[in-house]
Amino acid sequence: MKLAIRELLRRPGRFAVAGSALTLIVVLLLLLGGLLDGLYLGSTGLLRAQQSDLVVYSEDARESIIRSRIDVDVRAAIDGTDGVAATYGLGTALLGARVPGETDLADTAVVGYEGAIAGVPEPPAPGQAWADRRLEAAGVGVGDVLELGPEALTLEVIGWVDDVSFLQQGALMVEPGTWREILASARPDATLPEGTFQVVGVDVAEGSDPDAVADAIAAATGGTTVALTVDESVLALPGVDAQNSTFTQIIGITLLVAGLITALFFAFVTIERTAQYGVLKAIGASSAQIYVGLVVQAVAVTAGAVVLGGLISVALASQIPPDIPLQLEPPRALFVAVGMFVTAVIGGSISLRRVVRIDPASAIG
Amino acid sequence: MSALELRDVRKTYTSGEETIVALDHATLTVGDDEMVVLLGPSGSGKTTLLSISGGLLTPSEGSVVVGGNDISTYSPKQLTRFRRDNVGFVFQAVNLVPFLTARENLLVVAELGKRDAATARRRADQLLDELGLGHRTNNLPSQLSGGERQRVAIGRALMNEPSLVLIDEPTSALDTKLGEQVMELITNEVKSRATAAVIVTHDRRMTHYADRTVEITDGHLRA
Repeated sequence: MKLAIRELLRRPGRFAVAGSALTLIVVLLLLLGGLLDGLYLGSTGLLRAQQSDLVVYSEDARESIIRSRIDVDVRAAIDGTDGVAATYGLGTALLGARVPGETDLADTAVVGYEGAIAGVPEPPAPGQAWADRRLEAAGVGVGDVLELGPEALTLEVIGWVDDVSFLQQGALMVEPGTWREILASARPDATLPEGTFQVVGVDVAEGSDPDAVADAIAAATGGTTVALTVDESVLALPGVDAQNSTFTQIIGITLLVAGLITALFFAFVTIERTAQYGVLKAIGASSAQIYVGLVVQAVAVTAGAVVLGGLISVALASQIPPDIPLQLEPPRALFVAVGMFVTAVIGGSISLRRVVRIDPASAIG
Repeated sequence: MSALELRDVRKTYTSGEETIVALDHATLTVGDDEMVVLLGPSGSGKTTLLSISGGLLTPSEGSVVVGGNDISTYSPKQLTRFRRDNVGFVFQAVNLVPFLTARENLLVVAELGKRDAATARRRADQLLDELGLGHRTNNLPSQLSGGERQRVAIGRALMNEPSLVLIDEPTSALDTKLGEQVMELITNEVKSRATAAVIVTHDRRMTHYADRTVEITDGHLRA
């Protein structure tokens, strides 16, 4: 192993090509992962923050919050279902907001809520909003009075909340009456009467089975509702599932390419060093010792690529405009690092067979 | 006890349907502190004999006893251990590790055998001093002359305190004067340690350094 480390330190140039290729792959993986996380987190924040166990939609909404309607009677039926401990109405309206001092409209999701959203205080007074911190990039500040919709209804931002964006729009969290007023102004065709929400969050009573409660709600509402778990409702958001699987496949293929680069590079290195390995075997090195040296080199080159690639990605991410949903998350960086190390070990191991087959007698001619 | 005993050793290779006999019923005994020169032309089987003696090849027939141990039945793993602990090799092409200094090329042997590092460093320094390379310990092979590289290779062969040193064409890449200097050095080092050595060469001028010369032709030994 010492031999392998000395070679790395004294002949770093020999590993520059593989190191550079792996660094670029790390950058690619981190940026792809950052985009995936940015798209996913930016689309799903409001639902991920739900503290309820179930989200109930109207059956004809095909699991779309915007199309769904839960009126007062249906809500009462849900409230009266066995196993339901509490319910919280929720509604959204997507529209542009005029920010003081800014020329462009900010994309916002006005969210009317009754509570049970992680990190968000109780609903504010009418005409006030807790603003998703991502709206900061659009020039929104605490104390600003935003104008929304064709009637320029006003909302005063009274504080920040984190990670509650919805479909890439920064959320403005308001009390239900304010939301209904804004929705009616922006979309008169979608005006909702007092007490009606788009969906209802359900807390399942302690000891009750959420699946059984979901079935009971469907039965109690005469089949006019569908109850999903929070995870299911996140995946039901338009594009989220397809987006996740597409990016995951691209990331998987990129990791495979990283493994191939490592395998090809170290296969080439092994061929190039056949004579040297023959001599080492002749003087008593085992195949295992040589193999461990190769894997150590593969992992060390990959570690360098992960560090350098990480720094480059952070630098690039800082230059990317805020409207591109790129979010570098520590768990993603850890996933990329672990993935790269696993491919390094597997890639380096491809040379094991070749190392075993090197004949020590080749040292002597 | 002899350092090396080859008993009726035969080594054959198959090439298509043809069987090539590289070594034919060779029997040779090398004493504990004896230095034997094995003289023969190219293709005579001398390298095969050296490889079998050092556990780099296994014989097709016969037995090979080194230091009282019959190595002809050893597994590849046992042979690796045997080479690491019991024999020293000097290769024709020298074959030093190019990115290691002279001292580190010697220490590789100790590192492979997981020997005590401080003891190994002392031994490497002592060997390099004896070989006249005390001032070159931190030089890379590319910074050494051909003769100096050969001396480092001799040091490497002696690093594990072997009972048998096997040397392949030590002077083939050197001019006559340098070749003689290297042979004198080998003789001094081997004799001062009472170690057995087999030196393979096709250069008849080198035979006077040996205690005994054995000729080999077409796989047959002739004393």
